[in-house]
Amino acid sequence: MSATLSHVGRARRWPFVGEPVYEGSRIPPRVPTVLDVPAELTESDDILQVNFGPNHPSTHGVLRLIVDLDGETVVGISAVVGYLHTGFEKNMEQKTWWKGITYPERIDYVGYQNNELVFVLAIEKMLALEVPEKATWMRMLLCELNRIHSHLVYLGTSALELGAISMFWYCFRERETILDLFELVAGQRMHTRYFQAGGIAEDIPMGFYPEARKFVDRMPVALNDYLTLLDRNKIWLERTQGVGLLSADDAIALGQTGPVLRASGVDWDLRRDSPYLAYEQVDFRVPVYTGGDVYDRYRVRMDEMAESTQIVRQCLDKLERMEGEPWISDDRKVVLPPREELHTSMESLIHHFKIVTEGYRVPAGEVYVAVESPRGESGCYVVSDGGPRPWRVHFRAPSFAALQATATCSQGTLIADLIAIVGSLDAVMGDTDR
Amino acid sequence: MNDFAQIPGYVSAKDEHGETTVVVDRAHVREACTYARDELGFAMLIDVVATDYLDWSAKGVSGYIGTATGRDLNMPMTQGLQASPDAKPSRFSVSYHLLALRQGAPRLRLQTWLEDGQPVDSVISVWPAADWFEREQYDLMGIRFDGHPNLARLLMEEDWEGHPLRKDYPIGGEPVRFSPEE
Repeated sequence: MSATLSHVGRARRWPFVGEPVYEGSRIPPRVPTVLDVPAELTESDDILQVNFGPNHPSTHGVLRLIVDLDGETVVGISAVVGYLHTGFEKNMEQKTWWKGITYPERIDYVGYQNNELVFVLAIEKMLALEVPEKATWMRMLLCELNRIHSHLVYLGTSALELGAISMFWYCFRERETILDLFELVAGQRMHTRYFQAGGIAEDIPMGFYPEARKFVDRMPVALNDYLTLLDRNKIWLERTQGVGLLSADDAIALGQTGPVLRASGVDWDLRRDSPYLAYEQVDFRVPVYTGGDVYDRYRVRMDEMAESTQIVRQCLDKLERMEGEPWISDDRKVVLPPREELHTSMESLIHHFKIVTEGYRVPAGEVYVAVESPRGESGCYVVSDGGPRPWRVHFRAPSFAALQATATCSQGTLIADLIAIVGSLDAVMGDTDR
Repeated sequence: MNDFAQIPGYVSAKDEHGETTVVVDRAHVREACTYARDELGFAMLIDVVATDYLDWSAKGVSGYIGTATGRDLNMPMTQGLQASPDAKPSRFSVSYHLLALRQGAPRLRLQTWLEDGQPVDSVISVWPAADWFEREQYDLMGIRFDGHPNLARLLMEEDWEGHPLRKDYPIGGEPVRFSPEE
């Protein structure tokens, strides 16, 4: 643990609503997510209220911002969410556990593997199911590829919004390679539904390792390309540096996680601090920057892509030595029997039938599982009554928490910077609204 | 566990699946949260989630696989065991998932129980992050958070009727107008 962590992890005593949250805080005092127009300005006729979205190309989906402008300066802002609310949590209560695995992927449709993982881990935790090592490492590999994919989407779109159009094409070039890898593994480019309770759905296909190696060798070169294009680009630097400030204490108070938290100087990553899968067996660095601005959030994500590439490489080293090992648990009460057994074994047929029609049952109880998704802590709270369907599923969405910082970050900025700020929080609206 | 008994409004504590749940009295939620933040060091509010336990275990869940000690595939009798889950003290639970940013990433679930219509104190003054978390639970589950400065619907439309995540909310029950009259 670094020195920064022990410092910011210290609990603060905050007074109650109506006063500044604490001295030096930029969190709006009345409602933390709503920036009110100052009283002396409300009297004047100069305040212009502008409605951004929900259909606006630079809001990454259907985020709506109601902005009060004094000239070009943002003096009041409130975010309106919910336009993409589709009731995933309610839907999942109606589905059996194994059918529910398809839903979390569609919640955060950019970081889908990670969301799938968190739900599967929750099921496995309740069932106390052992997962074969090969599946664990493959999950880790795919989650890291997915992290790179998600950061590439962030980088491409954020740069696009600030005028660096070519970045978009470069980022999507590498993203396409990752999607091809997903397709090779699972037959789907997105929403792969490759994780099963107990392991992964199919063995790793032939030809995956060499293709993945090609990508791992290619990625550092590509990252260098991005840095060359952006990091000495004067427009990019001036549009991002010192914009959208969020202090460490404000970030903690607002429940920020992931790159946003790490860009504010808090050394915190669940992969290292609360390891799941096999993260304690791989070497990686947690990038931390202290500026708390849009630029540092970009730097954190750039460094993370480099680290993720290294994790993928280590996973490949490990997986290539696991040829022929099982990829899914042998627990026939939860895991579908191998296809070929259905022709010869009565019991397998019965198990298959029962799991597909009725679903497996999960012991009563409640668990909360969290993973470090590309956007921060993605958590899943699950309640089971012992039946084949979840009683309650709730997702702790990192984008939902991130958007709560919009008002704090955009205090006193210019309207043009608002685009950079919202982009840097990297909210996926599917994740926010669920 | 000793630490947790000091939490204001402490009712009970349990350790399940390696997760600590401390049940606190509904009237002391804010004090309990303040204590957890200041004295126990849980600096971050990760999530607020409400659960509706209407008709919990009423139907009786049969064929539940496993025993209290876990499942044993070599013991046929541990499969298909008739079991009903433990009864719950009230209809709704509200859980606060807390995280301490220190070695080991300790987590704590503060939980309180309430009946329909009973309010809980808002913890927005303890963690500003509670703003949307509480609004979401109000919107979807109908839990009122007293002292929240802006307790409005968040995900559903402003004029939506009912709270969709409640167990008695009909599925596909969106009201349909068959005549032009309002």
